[in-house]
Amino acid sequence: MIDLDEIDRALLRALQRDATLKASELGRRTGISQPAAWRRIKRLTEAGVLTGRRLDLDLEKLGFGVTVFLGVKLATKGRVSLEDFERAITAIPEVQTVQHVLGLYDYRLRVVARDLSDFERVLRRRIMTLPGVGNVEANVLLSEERRPGPLA
Amino acid sequence: MLNDTDRRLLRHLQSDPEQSVADLSEATGIALATCYKRLERLQSTGVFKGSHAVIDWRALGYEVLVSLRISLDKTNPRAFDEFIAAARDVAEVTEIQTFLGRVDLRLSVIARSMSHYQEIYRSRILGLPHISDIEALMHVAEIKQAEVLPL
Repeated sequence: MIDLDEIDRALLRALQRDATLKASELGRRTGISQPAAWRRIKRLTEAGVLTGRRLDLDLEKLGFGVTVFLGVKLATKGRVSLEDFERAITAIPEVQTVQHVLGLYDYRLRVVARDLSDFERVLRRRIMTLPGVGNVEANVLLSEERRPGPLA
Repeated sequence: MLNDTDRRLLRHLQSDPEQSVADLSEATGIALATCYKRLERLQSTGVFKGSHAVIDWRALGYEVLVSLRISLDKTNPRAFDEFIAAARDVAEVTEIQTFLGRVDLRLSVIARSMSHYQEIYRSRILGLPHISDIEALMHVAEIKQAEVLPL
């Protein structure tokens, strides 16, 4: 674990909004030289704080009209069934994220689909047919806001 | 509006967002000039809005991630707006999502430890307005997290 100072936090906040910013621009914004900004980014990357980038795409314009979060409870448990389920569920292209959780559900899935009937197809044909799937709860995403987190 | 070339470019770019346009051209077999032209068009039409850096909070000492599923008291028409505005002030909240379904909202909350989580939960979360019910899901592991679209 590494400690951050005020400038590191400002760099991370800027990159959270736009990952394509160059060291020169980052330096200008935080009041340090371009090489100093570059060294800090390198340090944050090597420490595993900056793990990569994600594209910001307009889902609707790409034809993905709905995003649904599914809570899945497994009916049967045990090491083999968890591993089998994880392998099968991650192979479904419409399933964007899979999180193993503790609580009301065992897994939390983020699923994209063209529309609700396309979602129903994915749910019935691909997800409900997986071995061990028990109770499933669906919530349709209406809005989403990513926050900077504790970097202020 | 989107053709096969666009989809191919975005598919490759999603799998490695840091690659240069030259690498993208080589990987896809699409001419460099075409890559530039199509990417520019995807940006100007708002399909490709940019990219953001992903932070691993664990590397900064935040070991705990909890999903809080929240139901609001819907008798108050301002409940959503007031709740969301107040949740934005909690630094440890990294995501705010609203839903149509059994729950109204979900917050991602990070904490350094369980005792730190308990402190945030009691002093900040429970004080948010209009909550009628909260359920917590503790994250154990991220099995798939790239959020790639099936283009």
